[in-house]
Amino acid sequence: MPTLCRDCLTDFNTGRRCPSCGSRRVVSHPELFDLTIAHMDCDAFYASVEKRDDPSLADKPVIIGGGRRGVVSTACYVARIRGVRSAMPMFQALKLCPEAVVIKPRMEAYAEASRAIRAMMEELTPAIQPLSLDEAFMDLSGTAKLHGAPPAVMLARLIRRMRDELGLTGSIGLSHNKFLAKVASDLDKPHGFSVIGRADTQAFLHDKPVRLIWGVGGAAQVSLEKAGIRTFTDLLRWDKEALVARFGSMGDRLWHLARGEDHRPVSAHEPIKSISNETTFNTDTNDPDILDGHLWRMAEKVADRAKAKGIAGRVVTLKLKRANHSSLTRQVALRDATQMADTIYRQARGLFDQLGDEGPYRLLGCGLSHLCPEGEADLSGDLLDPGAVRRAGAEKATDKIRARFGKDAIVKGRALR
Amino acid sequence: MKLSIERAALLKAVSQAQSVVERRNTIPILANVLIEADGDTVQFRATDLDIEVVDKAPAKVERAGATTVAATTLHEIVRKLPDGALVTLTADSASGRLTVEAGRSNFSLATLPKEDFPVMASSEYASNFSAPAPMLRRLFDKSKFAISTEETRYYLNGVYMHVSDADGGKVLRCVATDGHRLARIDADLPEGAADMPGVIVPRKTVGELRKLLDDDEMKIAVSVSETKIRFATPDITLTSKVIDGTFPDYTRVIPQNNTRRLEVDASEFAQAVDRVATVSSERSRAVKLQLSEDKLVLSVNAPDSGAAEEELAVAYGDETLDIGFNAKYLLEIASQVDRENAVFLFNSAGDPTLMREGNDTSAVYVVMPMRV
Repeated sequence: MPTLCRDCLTDFNTGRRCPSCGSRRVVSHPELFDLTIAHMDCDAFYASVEKRDDPSLADKPVIIGGGRRGVVSTACYVARIRGVRSAMPMFQALKLCPEAVVIKPRMEAYAEASRAIRAMMEELTPAIQPLSLDEAFMDLSGTAKLHGAPPAVMLARLIRRMRDELGLTGSIGLSHNKFLAKVASDLDKPHGFSVIGRADTQAFLHDKPVRLIWGVGGAAQVSLEKAGIRTFTDLLRWDKEALVARFGSMGDRLWHLARGEDHRPVSAHEPIKSISNETTFNTDTNDPDILDGHLWRMAEKVADRAKAKGIAGRVVTLKLKRANHSSLTRQVALRDATQMADTIYRQARGLFDQLGDEGPYRLLGCGLSHLCPEGEADLSGDLLDPGAVRRAGAEKATDKIRARFGKDAIVKGRALR
Repeated sequence: MKLSIERAALLKAVSQAQSVVERRNTIPILANVLIEADGDTVQFRATDLDIEVVDKAPAKVERAGATTVAATTLHEIVRKLPDGALVTLTADSASGRLTVEAGRSNFSLATLPKEDFPVMASSEYASNFSAPAPMLRRLFDKSKFAISTEETRYYLNGVYMHVSDADGGKVLRCVATDGHRLARIDADLPEGAADMPGVIVPRKTVGELRKLLDDDEMKIAVSVSETKIRFATPDITLTSKVIDGTFPDYTRVIPQNNTRRLEVDASEFAQAVDRVATVSSERSRAVKLQLSEDKLVLSVNAPDSGAAEEELAVAYGDETLDIGFNAKYLLEIASQVDRENAVFLFNSAGDPTLMREGNDTSAVYVVMPMRV
C-alpha cells in the first residue's frame, strides 16, 4: 500500500516505520497518491501563535477569548484536555480550568501568521479557498507534474514547513471532495494527516452521525432526527425526492453527501457576502448611552473593513442578544450603498430606536450586506440631512489620520462611552 | 336582505371598495366587504383598519339588512357578469350565505356576521372645506412620486398636506420627499381650510383618493382632524388615518440662492435623459449634465456596458458646470412639467438643484445631485 513518511517525505510500500528516517509518523492509503482535494486546518491556531510568541506559555493551558463574559475563541490542547471547547462561555471554561491563561485575541498577529501560511499554500496551487484565518481548502489536481510529486507529498511538506518556519502545526484531510476533506482533517488532530479514498467512502460514512455535515447544526439536527435520520445509513434509506420534499434544497445536498458526493469546486474567489462585527458586554446593559457607544464602535469596525476591502453595502443589520440569550435582528435597506461609519451607525441607531424592546442586552452587533464595489456607494446626499456631507468629509479626514498614526489616533467622543 | 342593482353601478361601487382590502389578510373579516341595504340605496364598506371606504349606489331594496362577503370574490363575479345584467343579492341568515343572481348565473357565497365588521370610529373634524377635484388631483399627482418607502423614516411615507404662507398669501400645500428629491405643490386655499391642521396623508390613501378625482366637475368635501382625513363625494366616502409623526422642516431644504439658471424644453430634455440612460443597467443610473453657454451635454458612462452622449440647445448663461443626477429622478421631475419650459436652478455639483415650470413657483421640485 502506498505509504508516505511525513517527516522525511520518503514514500515506500507498506510499513509502520519509515525505512529511511525511522519515524513512525507515516500515512498509508491505497489511494494516497491519487487524491487531490485537501483541507488544511491549523491546530488551536490562535493559541499556537500565542505559545510560539511567548514560550513560557508552552505547557500552560491557554484560552483565547474576550473578557469574562465572552466565549472561548480558541483553547490550546492542554486546556482542551480539561474539557474546554471553543464557543464555550468563558465562565464555564474557567470553572473547568481555573488556572488557564486567558489572552485577548491579537487579530493582527494571527492575520500575519495566516498570510505566511497562505503564501506557502500558494506555492502548491492557485486553487485555494480560505474558510477563515486558520483553515482552507486546496485543490491540487494537475499539480503533480509541476511539483514532480503527488499532492500528498506536497501537503506533508507544507505542514513540515509550517512547523519549521512558522512554529505552527496543522492537520491535513485529503480526499476526493471538499466535504470529505474537511471531515478527514478533523480525524487525527493535532498534527494529523488523514485520508478518505473513493473506495472506503461508504464504509467510512455509514455509522457516522449526520452532524458531521458542515452546515448541519443544532436546528437541522433536530429536524433530521424527527425524520428518523441520525446517521448516514439512515440518510441512505431516503430517496432524493422524499428528501427534497421534506428538507427543500438541503435535501438534495443531503442525498449526495450521503453517498459521499460533493460537487462544489474549491473556489478561490468566493465573494464575501457580508461584513459584521459584534461584541459581548461584561455586564448586561440597557443603558442607551453605553449601547450607543458600542453601536458606534461596531459601525466603525464594519466601515473600516469595508473600506479596507474597497466595498460597500446596501443593507444595514442590527443584532442584539438579550440577557436570556434570545436574539433580535433588524435590517434596513438603503437607497444608496454605503461604506461610511456615520451612515451605518445612524441607520443601525434608527433600527435600535424603533425596537420597542426593553433589554437588557448581553451582545450587540452590526453588519453590512448586499455588498457592491465602493464606486457605487455614497453617490448622493440626503436632502433632509445637510450635515451628512460635512460628517462624511470629517470621516474621510479622520480615516487619513488613523491610517497614518494608528487606529486610536483620533476617536469620536461617542466611542469612549 | 334582498336587493337588485344594475351591474355597472354594482361594479363601480364594489371595485372601489375591494381595492382598499389588503390582498393578504390574517384577520378574515378584513377581507370582506360590508353590504348594507336600506331605503333605496345599498352601501359597500371596506377597510384595512387604516383606510375605510364607503361607496353608495342606488338599488331596489326589497328587504333591508346587512351582511359581509369576500370583497375580491364578489368583485370578480360582478366583473365577469355580462354588461347590462340586473344583479340580485339575497342574504339568507339561516344558511349564512349570500346569493348572487344574474340571468342564468347563480352564486352562493359564504358570509361573516356584520357585527364582526370593524367600522372606523367617527371623529370630530377640526376643519371642513370643499375643494374642486382638479385642484386635489394636481396637488397629489405632482407630489406623490417623491413619497418615500423607507421604513425608518415612516413620517416620509406620505404627502404632507398643510396650510402655508406663500408669496401671494396663504396656500394649501402638499409636500413629499424621500431625501433624494422633494416636491412642493401649492394651490389656492379653499374657503374654510385656514384652520386645517397639517397632516401626513399615507401613500395608500393618496392612491385610493386618486380614484375619486377623475370627474373635473366634482367638488370634494374634505374634513381634517389631527388623526384623520376624509374625502367625500356624494357617492363615496374615503376616511383615512394620517401618519402619526412630524414631517421634517422642508423649508430649509429648498435652495434659495441657486443662481445658475438653465431653461430647457422639458419633453426634449426628458427624452434625451431617457435615451442616454439606456446604456446603463445599474440600479441608480447616473446622468452627467455638462453645462456651457446655451449648450447642455447629457452623458452616461457605464464602464461595463457602454457610454452615451447627447447635446441639447438650451438657454444657459452662467459659468460652466458639471453635475450628475439619478436618471430616474430627472425623468420624474421633468415629466411633471406640462405647460412651459423646465427651469433648473443650480448652485454647485454638490448642492441640491431646484426645478420649476417657467417662473411658476406654485410647483417646485428639488433634487439631490449624485457623484459622477
